[in-house]
Amino acid sequence: MADLINLFEEWITNLLLGWGVSEALTLFLLQILGSVLVVIICFLIVIALIWVERKLAGRIQDRFGPNRAGPFGIFQSFADIIKIFTKEYVTPEGAEKGAFNIAPVLAMASVLAIWAVFPFAINVIGADIHVGVLYIVAVGAFGILAILMAGWASNNRYALLGASRSVAMLISYEIPMVVSLLVPVLLAHSMKLSDIIQAQQPWWYIFVAPTAALIYLISSMAEIGKAPFDLLEAESELVAGYHTEYSGMKFGMFYVAEFLHQFTVGALITIFFLGGWGGPLAVRWPILGVVYFYGKSFLVYLVISWIRLSLPRIRIDEMLDLNWKFLIPVSFVNLVAVAIADRVMLELDLAAWLYVGVMFAVNIFILLAALFLSGKSKPKVERVEFPPRPVAVPPGSERK
Amino acid sequence: MQAYWVYIGIFLVVAVAVPIVAVVLPAFIAPKKPSRRKEEVYECGIETSGNIRVQFKSQYYIYALIFLVFDIETVFLFPWAVSLEILPLYAVLEGVIFIAILFGGLIYAVRKDALAWF
Repeated sequence: MADLINLFEEWITNLLLGWGVSEALTLFLLQILGSVLVVIICFLIVIALIWVERKLAGRIQDRFGPNRAGPFGIFQSFADIIKIFTKEYVTPEGAEKGAFNIAPVLAMASVLAIWAVFPFAINVIGADIHVGVLYIVAVGAFGILAILMAGWASNNRYALLGASRSVAMLISYEIPMVVSLLVPVLLAHSMKLSDIIQAQQPWWYIFVAPTAALIYLISSMAEIGKAPFDLLEAESELVAGYHTEYSGMKFGMFYVAEFLHQFTVGALITIFFLGGWGGPLAVRWPILGVVYFYGKSFLVYLVISWIRLSLPRIRIDEMLDLNWKFLIPVSFVNLVAVAIADRVMLELDLAAWLYVGVMFAVNIFILLAALFLSGKSKPKVERVEFPPRPVAVPPGSERK
Repeated sequence: MQAYWVYIGIFLVVAVAVPIVAVVLPAFIAPKKPSRRKEEVYECGIETSGNIRVQFKSQYYIYALIFLVFDIETVFLFPWAVSLEILPLYAVLEGVIFIAILFGGLIYAVRKDALAWF
């Protein structure tokens, strides 16, 4: 009972072997089954997430959210799917057909492909490769290419502007993201995702490296392009950004990819900083580990939604300044400090709780020092002060 | 080990195939009535004129150049971070010096206003 997933796998293996299927083919079929299952679960999650997100957005903005289709509007997503399946595809004239059609597929595939290496529980791992972190970084970057292709191929000025903004923005935020990913790699001495999770079993890395976790959260929020960093599809400036000209399911793919990317970021933060599948009884009951993994990812997802629904959009120059003049220097200083502290304490051979305490103190000190220093430097832009003007006063009633 | 890479290969095929199916399927269900007006480029109701692929700020290009430097640097740092435990102390400090040199480059770029958004 304890290990449902592997029991199921064993049962299918024995069944296929009993039918006289060769061993290699059995493994191959199992791998196909596994990957299809993971992809389908991803789609089901997104259907649920869209409803959760809309309901949450409604509640935070003091309105109801979807409440017509079914109790509490839970069938709203299904109604949307049926609608979007019957929408006509419109291709604008002058569009480059090839890139125009490949872009939505690539956007979705680049997010889905990250799920190949996720460890869902202690022994439920798709592909436990040695370069898991590099794989995630490499595959995740394809999403930027999809946005650029969509913007360029649409033959639309708004889409092109959105896409060129995304080039400046997404690639800039890739740097602090990757540098803060170096910290868990450095602490676990491995790029294997299962090793990283094993290494943080008693002490999650959010306690050992809180600064890296915070920088990773901020920069990956910019990577998914949601508010306050949603400049590549700023509604009031660029219509809808890179997917202005898309309709029907091609638009739907971008939409679904966006939601799934947010959930994937939640899963990545769970793996690198929140102990992955770790939790009480997760080693004895791997099925519980899967629940913990999805549960933590969902919690991070909700936090990201909460942030994005609370903050207004920031200007592009402020956003790039935040990245190049704050996040990148802080993440590099943090990396060096963590590396030296880790190395020194390895020589001293300290107790685990002392190690975590010192690491936490070092991280918090760097964060506070950075905030203090950035507060001291004045912005170059001069603010023009206007004298206070009276509010419209009806004639004949001037105040003394 | 090899089985993992086979799995990733299969996963990539599935991850590309599922969106393709989702995009192609509505083409059979959805109506298809193309017209000239419908296929016009959307520009808030104004007719588009001239070449769409206009020139834009060179600043984007400078950002991309600086990004390249730092992105390659992080790739070099990954092996250093993984083997930090077994490296001798001078190798650890060499990694720190490597970061410091690039950090100097970042400060230079900032002081030269290469990263300013005009």
